[in-house]
Amino acid sequence: MKAFRSMVLVSSDPTSIERGAKDVFQALQAEISAFGLENEISLTMVGDVGRHDAAPLVIVYPEAVIYGPVKKEDVHYLVEEHLYKGRIASSFQAPVKELSGKIAWLSSRKGTLPAEQRIVLERAGVIDPNSIDDYIIHDGYQALAKAVTEMTPEEIYTTLEKSGLRGRGGAGFPTGTKWKFVHKAQGDKKFVICNADESEPGTFKDRLILEGDPHSIIEALAIAAYTVGADEGYLYIRGEYSIAQERVMIAIAQAKEMGFLGKNIFGTKFNFDLHVHSGAGAYICGEETALIESIEGKRGEPRARPPYPTTHGLWGKPTLVNNVETLANVAPIIRNGPDWYRSFGPASSPGTKVYTILGNVNMTGLIEVPMGITLREVIAIYGKGMKNGKTFKLAQTGGSSGSIIPASLQDTPMDFDSFAKAGVALGSGALLICDEDTCVVDLTKVLLNFFRKESCGKCNPCRIGNQRAYEILTNISEGTGKIKDLDDLMVLSDNLYQLSNCGLGQTAGAPIRDILNYFRAEVEAHIRLKVCPTGICPMSGKRI
Amino acid sequence: MAGNGKDGKVVANVVKAAVDRYGASQDELIPILNEVNREIGYLPGEALNEISRLLRVPKSHLFSVASFYRMLSTKPRGKHVIQFCESAPCHVAGGREVWIAVKEYLNIDEDQTTPDGKWTLLTTSCLGVCGVGPVMVIDDDIYGNVEPSQVPSILEKYH
Repeated sequence: MKAFRSMVLVSSDPTSIERGAKDVFQALQAEISAFGLENEISLTMVGDVGRHDAAPLVIVYPEAVIYGPVKKEDVHYLVEEHLYKGRIASSFQAPVKELSGKIAWLSSRKGTLPAEQRIVLERAGVIDPNSIDDYIIHDGYQALAKAVTEMTPEEIYTTLEKSGLRGRGGAGFPTGTKWKFVHKAQGDKKFVICNADESEPGTFKDRLILEGDPHSIIEALAIAAYTVGADEGYLYIRGEYSIAQERVMIAIAQAKEMGFLGKNIFGTKFNFDLHVHSGAGAYICGEETALIESIEGKRGEPRARPPYPTTHGLWGKPTLVNNVETLANVAPIIRNGPDWYRSFGPASSPGTKVYTILGNVNMTGLIEVPMGITLREVIAIYGKGMKNGKTFKLAQTGGSSGSIIPASLQDTPMDFDSFAKAGVALGSGALLICDEDTCVVDLTKVLLNFFRKESCGKCNPCRIGNQRAYEILTNISEGTGKIKDLDDLMVLSDNLYQLSNCGLGQTAGAPIRDILNYFRAEVEAHIRLKVCPTGICPMSGKRI
Repeated sequence: MAGNGKDGKVVANVVKAAVDRYGASQDELIPILNEVNREIGYLPGEALNEISRLLRVPKSHLFSVASFYRMLSTKPRGKHVIQFCESAPCHVAGGREVWIAVKEYLNIDEDQTTPDGKWTLLTTSCLGVCGVGPVMVIDDDIYGNVEPSQVPSILEKYH
């Protein structure tokens, strides 16, 4: 490998691209050549480093200085100061202090406050996603080698069970147990599938993993296939994620060439082939049985369960379906052992969780933190407080299928069990932070509009229930609601939960239940007083 | 009958290329439909007939699939397609005002095409670019942090 004096990274997530990252990259190339530094400095486009507020970012190693937002006009000065003269151009540095050590990567808690801990995003933004060499240098494919040459399938799923890893798609099912089920299922043909149909509103963690570190998912799928006894796998990637699809396809080709995929992997009898399947725009395909239907070339309508995919999945064969973030945890656990993994987060849900922080906070973006931190900590530390000094009113978790969490629950630790005890759901990791100017009726109307459009239409409670709930909320927001509507909404919410076929319908009513639980007075004001307290709802066709 | 699609592409040729690329089996149906839709701009009846013939899949099944997914369209679309994100993160960040501005500027509603065939206005669920909401996507270009006052200048860039 050629040695360079400095390494320069340019963020290339869609936000950065949209703000001119490619121009910045080209300007850097030109300026580095102009100063005659091209043999001393390596320049790479990397994935997403999670700092969208300051995109596009330019990161210079070994000093680990983060510049951003960088414009192409700034590049000449940056190259001259930092790369040529060796002085940090502090006026262009990204504004947050604690990120200047390494890319948002702090390995211990600072004082009593939790700091970021990156496991699944460890390499995203640090390595070149299109280079398998980069991945291998950063411990890549070690876990696969260890798994197929030193471990039995039983040892692998037992290791995962011991680690306490739970599915990160939202349901929190123990991953090792799922792998065991598929391993024990009868059948000579089995499949493994990575669910990368990430469409929960406000969630883009899986995109970052696939764009920044595609090989980690390929490695995990190969380990999964070895464990359950599959020789074929699918990566089902959302149709809108074209950059992720492109990078995964490049990564698969590289892995095949190096012998990490294909026949006789690491000289063993283990064979594994991986296909990429693109979605075509349907939220429901994130439900695992709908996703399987979609791969089979049908409408993405969820199947009745049981039987579960672990015994009757793709083409009726036993199938393992895991979320991207879940899989990204696998190789680190195999490499470092279950005890290491258990050192992060609470005992009932160990490990880290990737959150996307959105809404009315000073800093939006993505963090990976140990399970069990609280909303108050997220807002204060990572969100840098509420925007314009407003008051925190509620957070909407997990995209549209999560819960509406009132300010009174902001000290509940965010892990599967604590949230379940409080009667709310963690969901997929999106945290939409809303201030006092947010109207709960308006917000819930937007959420129900989403479900009414994304319902696949297969079962009545969901198809009709969401439409009806949306109509009632629209009436309330226009000043024509009746008090009885609130009872009807509760009935709809209960029916959705109890009678729907799949998780979409079952969780669609959750926001209704939450606002009637925590914000009933505000909803009633729309009906009794014909007033929207925040002035958002049109009420009699006019904004107040 | 040899129908022509976008840019004068012959529908039958586009279908044949897609089927050759992915293979004539039902599990490749969605990739094939995706590619044909991308090449022609939508899925004309002729394309569905041709795919049905090559894959030996009933037309009713093809239509049920083609009408299910948001990225596939059985109706012609305008020269430029606007996808406006209407999910909660963009909505909270001021998306509603931008949406009204877009509708007023184009004088059409959701799921409609302007009479001159230039614009089709669609709403979409989250596009995963929530860090810069409100977001709207025109063809393949992403616009983030859009303000209502910027709408005319953004749309005027397209001819």
